[in-house]
Amino acid sequence: MLSLLQIAFLVAAFLTIVSAIMVVTTPSMVHAALWLILALAGAAVFFIILNAGFLAVVQIAVYIDAIAIMIIIVVMLTEGATRQQIRQVSKTWWAAAIAAILLFVGLIAIFLQTPSLIAEAPALVMSQDAILEDLGTALVDVNRYIIPFEIASVLLLAALIGSIMVAWPLVKGDKKEEVEA
Amino acid sequence: MIPLSWYVMFSAALFSVGLYGALARRNALAILMAIELMLNAVNINLVAFWRYITPDYIAGQVFALIVFTVAASEAAVGLALIISIYRRRNTVAAEEIDMLKW
Repeated sequence: MLSLLQIAFLVAAFLTIVSAIMVVTTPSMVHAALWLILALAGAAVFFIILNAGFLAVVQIAVYIDAIAIMIIIVVMLTEGATRQQIRQVSKTWWAAAIAAILLFVGLIAIFLQTPSLIAEAPALVMSQDAILEDLGTALVDVNRYIIPFEIASVLLLAALIGSIMVAWPLVKGDKKEEVEA
Repeated sequence: MIPLSWYVMFSAALFSVGLYGALARRNALAILMAIELMLNAVNINLVAFWRYITPDYIAGQVFALIVFTVAASEAAVGLALIISIYRRRNTVAAEEIDMLKW
């Protein structure tokens, strides 16, 4: 008999996998981006089941709010190119399918040989609030993870400036390149 | 309760779907979306191992947060590149962006 948590897991897993398959197969880019939102929301459900509520919030705030919306905007900006394309998969898509299936079968074969994977979740020693507080202090504690945290912030700043520079509108001098292409 | 193997099997499936998308799609945007799926599969795995193996040691969640950050930067730079390429060459098909191909 399945418990409520297991049913929630299976429903979320089914939804996520189905929407992920739709993301990689649907011809329309806008539809693919909308399916991506559903897949990302499904992943947020797993974070909640795993007692990582903060990561679920970050998943929704960063992935669905920022990344998915940004992808939809870029899909609309480049619509002229996506609409002309009738063929959405490359000629060697079957090789990609074989590679993906081989990877999946290989991973499952490894998992089946790993006895420790049947482990159930140990009881949490700390309360949910204590875990969240621990996560917050761990990120700014000099003796713990402040270096990765600061590197992440510098990385975000670099990505911000870099993407503005890369996406800057063409200046007159660059027009030559456009004609050549 | 849910055994750990369910999570790793689900992550493997999600990662394989993302791998297929990244390899088979022609559109650079679709490839970017497939990479996001793969990063998500990895993140679910990281958090699952944190919860099942070392729940007292917060490093698993910290690692997942760093992965989020890298995914966000990667998406921002990737989308900026796609916009720039579209402006210059009027295409987003990955196989037509072959100026560096020897």
